Amino acid sequence: MSAPAATADPSRSSYYVNDALYRELIADFTGWQDDARAVTDIAERDGFRRLLEREARLLDELRYDDWLALYAPECIYWAPSTPRAGDPRREIAVMFDDRRRLEDRVYRLRTGFAWSQAPASRTVRLISNVEAFTTARTDVRMLRSNFLISEFWDNETRLLTGWAGHRVVRDGDGAGWKITAKQVNLIDCDQCIRNPSIIL
Amino acid sequence: MTALEKINNPPHGRLDATALYDWDYLVQEDRAHRLIYTDPAIFEAEMTHIFGGTWTYLAHESEIPNDNDFITRRLGLRPLIIVRDGAGKIRALYNRCTHRGTTLCRWDKGNAKSFQCPYHGWNFLNTGKLRGVPWPDGYAEDMRDPKYNLAQVPRVESYRGFLFGTLNLDALPLTEHLGPISKLIDEWLDRNPGGKVVVCEANRFRFKGNWKLAYDNSCDGYHVAYSHRSLLETENRFAGENAKGMAYYRNSPDTLAMYMRYTGHGNHFKDKRPNLEQRPGGLWALESAHPGMEHYEAEFLRRYGERAFALLDLAGSEPVNINVFPNFSLLGNHIQVFEPLSVAETNAIWYGTMVVDDGTLGAEATTDINALRMRTQEGFPNFGEVDDIANFEQIQRGLMAVEDEWVYMHRGLGIPDRVQRHDDGTITAPATDEAFMREHFKEWKRLMKNPQNLAIAREP
Repeated sequence: MSAPAATADPSRSSYYVNDALYRELIADFTGWQDDARAVTDIAERDGFRRLLEREARLLDELRYDDWLALYAPECIYWAPSTPRAGDPRREIAVMFDDRRRLEDRVYRLRTGFAWSQAPASRTVRLISNVEAFTTARTDVRMLRSNFLISEFWDNETRLLTGWAGHRVVRDGDGAGWKITAKQVNLIDCDQCIRNPSIIL
Repeated sequence: MTALEKINNPPHGRLDATALYDWDYLVQEDRAHRLIYTDPAIFEAEMTHIFGGTWTYLAHESEIPNDNDFITRRLGLRPLIIVRDGAGKIRALYNRCTHRGTTLCRWDKGNAKSFQCPYHGWNFLNTGKLRGVPWPDGYAEDMRDPKYNLAQVPRVESYRGFLFGTLNLDALPLTEHLGPISKLIDEWLDRNPGGKVVVCEANRFRFKGNWKLAYDNSCDGYHVAYSHRSLLETENRFAGENAKGMAYYRNSPDTLAMYMRYTGHGNHFKDKRPNLEQRPGGLWALESAHPGMEHYEAEFLRRYGERAFALLDLAGSEPVNINVFPNFSLLGNHIQVFEPLSVAETNAIWYGTMVVDDGTLGAEATTDINALRMRTQEGFPNFGEVDDIANFEQIQRGLMAVEDEWVYMHRGLGIPDRVQRHDDGTITAPATDEAFMREHFKEWKRLMKNPQNLAIAREP
């Protein structure tokens, strides 16, 4: 494999997933839902609510390229396998993707040979209880939302539900926010799940 | 010594399962009847003749490392508490109050010296012994009668940390039952530091299909290029000439050095290791793209020089499928377990494993190897298993067509010199051969046909 980390394209190689990233991820997703840090500004909260609603709509419509564009180039998509999310360096996750594996996930669904999604599920996502929290970094917010995914697949509709934590960073131009990490906490994450093959 | 209670098998008033069907008709040399996957009566018989009648995988010792640790599992449909009691002895207690049958413990895992029934308060030590009942003066008899102690699996044995249980008093000792396949289990363990692994959560699936559909898949080299086509395409989208993962299945897999071997008692393995370059880093070179791999490879080379490749191999997926009938597979670095729930519903759980420092690795390397090893292990369940399971479900649906009775498993049968029978009784065949399935169904049939000498135990 070729070396230089600084110029590496995270869609093609994975240099940014290292021990420092794991430690930061664990720290950022611990104890962040602190009332003292709640964002009360209505306009800012509404902006985050619209971001999460847009993400839900893009996934429901299988607009994966637009969805991926919501994420920073170096991002993490993480669905822990335990309700209190242990250390991902020593705990298998339901899903744990970097940018490249997230694109793998999309690529696989588009091959036409992903039998678990042939035909594809139809989904409708409800996103609610959106809260935002400030962090020690002025350009980073943590978002909490509850989700309810109705998934129609193989002649029946089932529910996937839980809550998500999004870590967002202010975009380069200062106008918007990019997602740097999404933690999807299924309420039954430590139980056997039938066909967990959609993007959550 | 525990007291044994022979089981009246089958229960009173029911036909003996051995007479339920003409088993030789249902399972023939080249084909099996759809009923073995769809008939609830056969499923019910399997829950004693197979799950109970032979050695069934229960758990890994690392899941209950300390005295009084417990986990809840099943043996067939029997709810169990697998516990390491206060004296360190591992037991498989029936999670069933001897009073009215309530499950005593509803948690997945924990640490407890005793279990109290939530219904009427009967309290049991984690040895299974009844410790006391509320208001015992309301009973005319002495409640210390052993019949009120919890039932437990009479034979629980560990093979190097893998815990198996059987109710069958006539079953061979576990090591003899495993026989030649224990060599593969040894090799699977011994490539890890100190020859051991620790279970670290799981990718957990449920499918609407019979449990045997999963075991029929466990050694199947024929489906890979088709069922996993999306995986093979995805993991090779940037690979160019250096094909990754299981890409070697795409062209004439039977001409490669990999092979399957049946080792008896329903057990078999597929060994893909001969396909690899036999050098440190040979396994790592085949690993498809996973989070962090370029960083850790560069970091390991910087830190450890040439030794880096042997360390990176510890994060690579060991290319074997080691299957112990009826519910256990070692594949890649996973321990895969099948749990039957009903005739048409099964759990397939892929327990992840991590390495532990035996003094040769150091804390930093151990952390980093495991960080990589978690990510490589998530690959196949996410991008491969989901498609197999979708196909298992569709088999179950297809088999509801009653007039079209047979499923075929005759690939390789009747071709001279293709299947080789060895002096030790083992059988080898090319990787896509269905000989493994024909053989494990002979074991299935043997267990279903014959009365089983089953018992439960209770503390005296």
